[in-house]
Amino acid sequence: MRLCSIAVLLVAFASCKPRNEAGAITAGAAEKVYVAPGKYDEFYNFVSGGFNGQVSVYGLPSGRLLKIIPVFSVMPENGYGYSEETKPMLETSHGSLPWDDQHHLELSQKDGSPDGRWLFANANNTPRVARINLATFRTEEIIELPNSAGNHSSPFCTENTEYVVAGTRFSVPVGDKQDVPISDYKKSFNGTVSFIKIDSSNGRMSLAFQLLTPAINFDLSHAGKGPSHDWFFFSCYNVEQAHTLLEVNASQRDKDFIMAVNWKKAEEFIRNNKGTLKSSRYAHNVYDEKTHSATSTIENKVLTLDPSQLKDFVYFIPCPKSPHGVDIDPSGEYIVGSGKLAALIPVFSFTKMMAAIEKKDFDGDYQGIPVIRYESALYGEVQKPGLGPLHTEFDGKGNAYTSFFVSSEVVKWNIKDLKVLDRKPTYYSVGHLCIPGGDTKKPFGKYLIAYNKITKDRYLPTGPELAQSAQLYDISGDKMELLLDFPTVGEPHYAQAIPADLIKNNSLKYFRIEDNKHPYVTKGEKEAKVVREGNKVHVYITSIRSHFTPDNIEGIRVGDEVYFHVTNLEQDWDIPHGFAVKGAANAEILIMPGETCTLKWVPEAEGVYPIYCTDFCSALHQEMQGYVRVSRADANTPLKYGTNLPDSAVAKN
Amino acid sequence: MKKYVYTAVLLGLTWACASNSQPPKEESPAPVVEDNSLQPSTSASSAAYDSVKGAGKYTNIELSAALDQKMIAGGKTVYEVKCAACHKLTDEKLVGPGWKGITKKKSPEWIMNFVSNTDEMIDKDPHAQAMLAVCMVRMPNQHLSDEETRDVFEFMRNNDSSK
Repeated sequence: MRLCSIAVLLVAFASCKPRNEAGAITAGAAEKVYVAPGKYDEFYNFVSGGFNGQVSVYGLPSGRLLKIIPVFSVMPENGYGYSEETKPMLETSHGSLPWDDQHHLELSQKDGSPDGRWLFANANNTPRVARINLATFRTEEIIELPNSAGNHSSPFCTENTEYVVAGTRFSVPVGDKQDVPISDYKKSFNGTVSFIKIDSSNGRMSLAFQLLTPAINFDLSHAGKGPSHDWFFFSCYNVEQAHTLLEVNASQRDKDFIMAVNWKKAEEFIRNNKGTLKSSRYAHNVYDEKTHSATSTIENKVLTLDPSQLKDFVYFIPCPKSPHGVDIDPSGEYIVGSGKLAALIPVFSFTKMMAAIEKKDFDGDYQGIPVIRYESALYGEVQKPGLGPLHTEFDGKGNAYTSFFVSSEVVKWNIKDLKVLDRKPTYYSVGHLCIPGGDTKKPFGKYLIAYNKITKDRYLPTGPELAQSAQLYDISGDKMELLLDFPTVGEPHYAQAIPADLIKNNSLKYFRIEDNKHPYVTKGEKEAKVVREGNKVHVYITSIRSHFTPDNIEGIRVGDEVYFHVTNLEQDWDIPHGFAVKGAANAEILIMPGETCTLKWVPEAEGVYPIYCTDFCSALHQEMQGYVRVSRADANTPLKYGTNLPDSAVAKN
Repeated sequence: MKKYVYTAVLLGLTWACASNSQPPKEESPAPVVEDNSLQPSTSASSAAYDSVKGAGKYTNIELSAALDQKMIAGGKTVYEVKCAACHKLTDEKLVGPGWKGITKKKSPEWIMNFVSNTDEMIDKDPHAQAMLAVCMVRMPNQHLSDEETRDVFEFMRNNDSSK
């Protein structure tokens, strides 16, 4: 063991050239992350997929990839976005979109702690928020945000999941006049911050209200907790209101803002009819577990509140400099701004902020919104923490951990005395951090995961494009200890981790066929059939280990739209069947036990087309196949179908 | 004789397991399945195993002389959705064995345990193991409720009583 560690150390020195010895792996690291075959990990780690538009699920501490949940991008692997049932999930006011950029995740909460019911995910490019059901690990709902662009400061939620928020990274023209000169930015553009109401019984989302804000950029956000429960905090940059070369022009001012929003007060304004209902177009897509199908609806109204008119519920706190993370400690008292160009970390006090508001201790206003004096809200500053602070998480033991992109390190500091306690390098250029429950009232602690943007020489080279990575640190002791590197899928941004016990026992094993309300379900082979309606052909087909019924189909014609409605008759865990058709301009579909999925196929030439099961299901999986005969468009081939029919069987219908 | 047959079955199964990454050889003898499980098993590998009733929650099923028509109807519905894809009502094997005669060969408890506790039965029961070697597809547990399990058994009884 000792020898082994030494070897690891030597290799580490030889290949990675860590900048200091603290980066080396200590003995015993392997044991701490080893999860024996057949044993479960202690935590689920939900990791945003960035530019792959999906969410990946890892086990901790092993770093094993358990699943990729398709959310905002199509996934030919299981048919998400390709099956008729899931196509509506990707509908937007811009039509059907196959891709997005998924940045941040938030687990639903009760009393400030994750309850394991849902996971929320944001889409950055075409602004949307998704809700994933953690019983099925499926995307169940997606709501689009109107009057928004670059939905970055999302999808963070309040302590009882009353609301999930979304804010604009890009301010845009809001309202009827959309075709405006870009140089009219200050005059014609607005930011917006949306509050999405969550129905606590079923998780359903609805756009409750939208704040119309000055044309600045919102970066991240977090809800208050405990004493600050009624408030939501958003980091803002580009208060310079640049619309070109932001790299330089949005970095002029010494301080940007943290925007504090009293959402309880916003509710009060709405109750008193102070909101304005405005026309808007946005898609709202809902997947129904009983029909196994999604529907997409275009909504057309949004309730708007204007904080420059409605007073005393939105305030700015100056924050150096282009802040990324705005993170609230478990007590709800301390608000940590991570200014990515700042040389210090400001920590604001909620108590002092409230006192300043009470005393109107303002440094003027910014476009009609009061700016609280920096010193009046400030609790203190962490001096010389590192370069490029990005994001802070908490361990529940009075410590904060901040990522530093520029200096590639994680820094542990004490919230009360603001003293730096430890620093460890990351490999390389860390973005977000995650501690299990690290943004909640009661962090579970134990581990910290750093999500790195750059890996360079950390893994075997794979050409110019390399994996991003996660690094796992043990934070149970005084000093952080690097345990494990693991490559990630896509580009991870924010992540969440939760004890496995809060999720695994609720995990659905199969869909009850009795509950299947799909309009084209086939409940038993007896109901299997092929129905022609004009040029549409509906195939009611079943799968069970290991055959389809029907598996011989004749009478399809070139130009038909064929819908294979495949019902998986199995009623046990981990028995999916797949379905594919030769030449289909589509993906495969994977059908879970008790589920019905539909693959659309438009054959373009006559011939005999094989169909088969793509998911190895039994010793006779390779036999799970069939044929579909396609005749000329004007042919009179009778419709005939079945499984194990005698060759002499006469045509049905 | 009994013992001998079981040994052969077990050997056959062992062979099947050991070589499951290999295609079966032409000359390998088909496993012998002799259905004698209404007699208590003396198989050494399962001293505590009750091969008459099988393993599971059903230890004593009381049957009335008359068939229950309501249960038969319920059983038929379940059969058509969850069973018919693999089991015919004749004695002909499809994916799994045909059902004709099953209630004469097996105890009610065995059948209902096999339906509801499929995995353990396939792993433990000598006859189920032998059938696996013939059918080569593990029967899926279709997760029938207690009522559905009983209904299906009544449906089987009815199937065996007719004609």
